[in-house]
Amino acid sequence: MSATAITDYSTQAAQAPPHPLIEFWQYFNENKGAVVGFYFILFISLVAIFADVIAPHSPFEQYRDAILTPPAWQDGGTWTYPLGTDDVGRDMLSRLIHGARLSLFVGVLVVTLSLAAGILLGITSGYIGGYFETMVMRLMDIMLALPSLLLAMAIVTILGPSLQNAILAIAIVVLPHYVRLTRASALTEKTKDYVTASRVCGAGPFRLMFLVILPNCMAPLIVQATLGFSTAILDAAALGFLGMGAQPPIPEWGAMLANALQFVQRAWWVVTFPGLAILFTVLAFNLAGDGLRDALDPKLKR
Amino acid sequence: MVVPAFIGVTLLTFSLIHLIPGDPVMLMAGERGIDPQRHARLKAQLGLDQPLTVQYAKYVKGIFHGDLGKSIVTKKPVFAEFMTLFPATVELSLFAMFFAVVLGLPAGVIAGVKRGSVFDHTVMGVSLTGYSMPIFWWGLLLILFFSVNLGWTPVSGRISALYWIDADTGFMLIDALRSDEKGAFISALSHLILPSIVLGTIPLAVIARMTRSSMLEVLQEDYVRTARAKGLAPWRVTLIHALRNALIPVITIIGLQTGVLLAGAILTETIFAWPGVGKWIVESIRRRDYPSVQGGILLIASLIILVNMLVDIMYGIINPRIRHNR
Repeated sequence: MSATAITDYSTQAAQAPPHPLIEFWQYFNENKGAVVGFYFILFISLVAIFADVIAPHSPFEQYRDAILTPPAWQDGGTWTYPLGTDDVGRDMLSRLIHGARLSLFVGVLVVTLSLAAGILLGITSGYIGGYFETMVMRLMDIMLALPSLLLAMAIVTILGPSLQNAILAIAIVVLPHYVRLTRASALTEKTKDYVTASRVCGAGPFRLMFLVILPNCMAPLIVQATLGFSTAILDAAALGFLGMGAQPPIPEWGAMLANALQFVQRAWWVVTFPGLAILFTVLAFNLAGDGLRDALDPKLKR
Repeated sequence: MVVPAFIGVTLLTFSLIHLIPGDPVMLMAGERGIDPQRHARLKAQLGLDQPLTVQYAKYVKGIFHGDLGKSIVTKKPVFAEFMTLFPATVELSLFAMFFAVVLGLPAGVIAGVKRGSVFDHTVMGVSLTGYSMPIFWWGLLLILFFSVNLGWTPVSGRISALYWIDADTGFMLIDALRSDEKGAFISALSHLILPSIVLGTIPLAVIARMTRSSMLEVLQEDYVRTARAKGLAPWRVTLIHALRNALIPVITIIGLQTGVLLAGAILTETIFAWPGVGKWIVESIRRRDYPSVQGGILLIASLIILVNMLVDIMYGIINPRIRHNR
């Protein structure tokens, strides 16, 4: 009895633990929704990268003889414009494909900007503490008290409406989430023994902050960054819809919907497709983010 | 937290007008331009020639007297304009919240109790979709389906143009009920349905998810097992024993949705031409009516800060375990 227990133990010890990435993929793979989201993100990224090759037309080309053509499968539609054309005869599919590039670009830029600034502010305020920490955190609390769209609108009012300014505004608005997350993890990590050990070894504050503490704070930040993509895409579309983001004729999904209200009665495809594109992309990032949270959170691991 | 947040908000709205490139007087004059004497006089009149600190002190003093300046476009006081439009937003938000709670709470409870069932997966799927929904598009879709195709509900506005209702309270339902016009109440109610659904979608998703996870947590507690072991009916354990404790975080979440609602109102009111403060702010930004933008943002932000504080206090009252020892 005891002999078998010992042999079991020894065989177990002989097996190398799986590589962290493989282990992560196993957990992630259990969540079917997350996998679907992941593949959709992959798909939309490929569409965005190869937009020039895939799109059948230019997103700006106006075909004056084909204004408000319905989708191909409807009466009066042609396969020249698979998803129909808009009110000035631009191909919907081509505009949606180029819109994917813009939306992902917005997502990447917003997440990069806010993640970088958030990590910097969060880890320094967590590590240094004192007045600096209080000041930063109070400022973040004030920003959190305002609805993000309202704050973004205020910033766009100051900077003027354009896609770049919308990106900057959203990056500022989502900053508090990253700062708070980084600070909270930094606070718990900095008292741990391995940090003390490297300090004893003579590591300076910059090394401690960014090379010792930061890697161990990354899990919640990765989850937040993934979910941040969906917020960024959604907010940019909302600003575009209100005329405070991308300006026409830029094929941004939200801006494409801005004057869709007048076509509700006669051209459902102008109204439906850009919204579906936003919904699916945002949903994919939310699904993947939820899956990442489950896979990366050690508390939930069985 | 309330006082610094309020100071921060006033600083933000105060700097709003000073951060905009260009001189405020020139902005107000618009494209027609202005001659130098009038420019100097207007600047002195508006107090813009004084140091920034003095201007800020005056601005804050004005706020406490309910003076938020005058709209450049309508020349009416900003505060009065806000107050005439605000009831429309409140009416819409209350109905949206009602819709979200009435559907979200039961859905969350059932999903939590029947964890892993088809119903649970459906609720989680639908709520994640609702959470990812661009609500301005959702509004367009509902208009396309219910108003244009089926003709069930009106497309926009608060009440049919057939009725002229005096705005006594500003709440269209109450005013319509008090007026003698027949059918006015039904008309007002039918105008409320679609906007409420659109505005309530995200809170609905959040409430359903929160209720579910809160129920799951509470159902694992020892006292629930004790109640079950005593032989109580399952519905009694769920609804009386578990739900009461599960509701605590849910109520907080409901309170914190105020900010979400007011931000959502900006988009919802724009789609449905709902004459509330959200649509007013968007229009003010488009018309470069900076005093209105400034005042609107300040009032909405202060309101959210106030509601969040009330939620904090409520949390202490309904959950004695974490009552603040102050």
